[in-house]
Amino acid sequence: MELTPQTNEGVKVEPKNRRSFLLALFGLSGAGVSALLAVPLVRFVTYPLRRRAAANTWSEVGPVQDFVAITAPVAKTIMLERRDAWQTTSSQTAVYVLPSRAGQFRILSPICPHLGCSVRWVDDQNKFICPCHAGLFTADGERIAGPPPRSMDSLEAKVEDGVLKVRYQYFRQLVSSKETMA
Amino acid sequence: MTNQPTSEPTDKDNVVTRLDVWLDRRTGIDSILHETLDEPIPGGARWAYIFGSGLLFLFVSQIITGIFLALYYVPSADHAHTVVSYIVKEVTSGSFIRSIHAYGSSGIIILLVLHIGQTIVYGSYKGRRELLWLSGCILLALMLGMAFTGYLLPWDEKAYFASAVGTNLIAEVPLIGPPLQQLIRGGNQMGTLTLSRFYVLHVFVLPGLLISFIAAHVFFFRKAGAAGPIEEDPIHPRLPAVPFYPRQVAMDAVFAVVLIGILAAIALKTPMDLGPAANPADTHFLPRPEWYYLPFFQWLKYLSGHWSLIGGILLPAVLALIFAALPFFDRRLERRPWRRPIVVGAFLLFLVVYVSLGVASHRDDAKDPGVAEQMHKQEEDAKAFMQQPFVPEAAAGSPAAALASAPPEVVKGLALFQAGSCNSCHGEAGIGTAAAGPLTGVGQKYTDAQLLALLRTPDSKMINGGMMPVDLKQDDLEALVAYLRQLH
Repeated sequence: MELTPQTNEGVKVEPKNRRSFLLALFGLSGAGVSALLAVPLVRFVTYPLRRRAAANTWSEVGPVQDFVAITAPVAKTIMLERRDAWQTTSSQTAVYVLPSRAGQFRILSPICPHLGCSVRWVDDQNKFICPCHAGLFTADGERIAGPPPRSMDSLEAKVEDGVLKVRYQYFRQLVSSKETMA
Repeated sequence: MTNQPTSEPTDKDNVVTRLDVWLDRRTGIDSILHETLDEPIPGGARWAYIFGSGLLFLFVSQIITGIFLALYYVPSADHAHTVVSYIVKEVTSGSFIRSIHAYGSSGIIILLVLHIGQTIVYGSYKGRRELLWLSGCILLALMLGMAFTGYLLPWDEKAYFASAVGTNLIAEVPLIGPPLQQLIRGGNQMGTLTLSRFYVLHVFVLPGLLISFIAAHVFFFRKAGAAGPIEEDPIHPRLPAVPFYPRQVAMDAVFAVVLIGILAAIALKTPMDLGPAANPADTHFLPRPEWYYLPFFQWLKYLSGHWSLIGGILLPAVLALIFAALPFFDRRLERRPWRRPIVVGAFLLFLVVYVSLGVASHRDDAKDPGVAEQMHKQEEDAKAFMQQPFVPEAAAGSPAAALASAPPEVVKGLALFQAGSCNSCHGEAGIGTAAAGPLTGVGQKYTDAQLLALLRTPDSKMINGGMMPVDLKQDDLEALVAYLRQLH
């Protein structure tokens, strides 16, 4: 602090160049403190914006050989793991595995696109029937009749190391196009 | 910075001046700034005076980082360690912010010693400054309380066991000791109530008191005026006064940057570690308090039997009282330290004893091979825990957590509940959604027979809400009822 020498007279107003030096000093101090504290604080609070969506949202359905020879849709219960910040919640849900077509596995969500009831596979009629409001779907899940606004929702499927996996999602009900719900 | 009435703004004035005039007429900001910044300092600015504002700066930094940490913190014994681990390992800059906050408390303790040391050496407590000194003593006690309560919050091994020892000491207080200990712990043992009590003290009660007493401290300081250098008369200053702004403000600003720079450097180089979660059953853990409480911890080792009451509780209490009463019995206006050997000597003696006890504690730990090995193991455990990736905890009530111990009928009922998409309207574990109400507690409201009947033939209110008759075999329905019964 030798640049603004102390006087015994009590300096009320600093000379102009010293004043601007001091203003620059305060500016620098402010910038230094900001850089060291404010930047990490902003990064800290905006962490949820930058966190990548949970990478592993695939659930195991079962070994592939269980499904290669099926001739009608098969219901399977899968485990869903969902991450909520520092917690995980797991739940079970059902999916329908359809007979493969050209080596491609197709998986349907059992949730009726009408009001969300669980659609059942009725083997002797070769149809999916919703027990709530009698929505009818073909063995491929195509809508035939009833109040559902669209066909049954297909889910992303893949085979990894001989295991069939599904990416389970929820879709909006009562709309004619398939919309993912967060 | 003028105390003249503001003149009418003219077109010639630039935007800043016009804004200043506009604002000043509505707030009186200029006179407030004048009052704040033009405080006269007898003899002018000095580096020796920077510790008070340094403390204020660190306190503000603690408030800011503390509020941000609270974004992710949960004060409950079953989550605290997980969330701190989440902050440290997952949240961007989380380890840095936590380190600034944790090391900031050590910084405050160091600055408190420097601030008090400067006050004692300069004799700045003299001359109608009793209340200024007393409010400072209360601030010291509050800050020590902040350090003590904050230390428990991460709920790792060292936090848990150090706080267990700290709260055990309370039981030594004559007459009211045991009930007081129980009150502070929220029970006989350390537990989740201890954590919430410490949290409330750390986040609401103590900061509120700190802010009030800082306001009082600053008020008393301004009322008495800056004491100035040691040759100055503390009541009627003779030296020419220099305003606080800009030289002292500049020194304080430089000091603030140095403080945050040191904290940031330490936080980046050695982030504050987090040990494994507290395990009350661990009988091997050797608790050691933070370094500033270590001398007191060592002192207690020398005391046994009724000496532990005298030396551990009564002596510190008497010393604290003498310390607080200093300006009442040291009433001479003499400020030069070499003319005040008793007060300055006593303070130096305290510092020497304090440092020696701290050194002795470290030496004791290093000397005993068993202790040294255990301390080393604890450090290694903490380092190893820091290296591990973050492991999320299974949410309570999550089927995976509940399934393990449930009766088979309930497990079957859960599978039916989920396979039938009951959860798509009634929510996971029947907690309810926007579409349909919760099912928790239905077991208390209805008998099994009533539940069976309602599932088969829902009442009109349920049907209006979109509920459909459940078409299942009798034993499946019974399993579903068994599942619904245990929802809570």
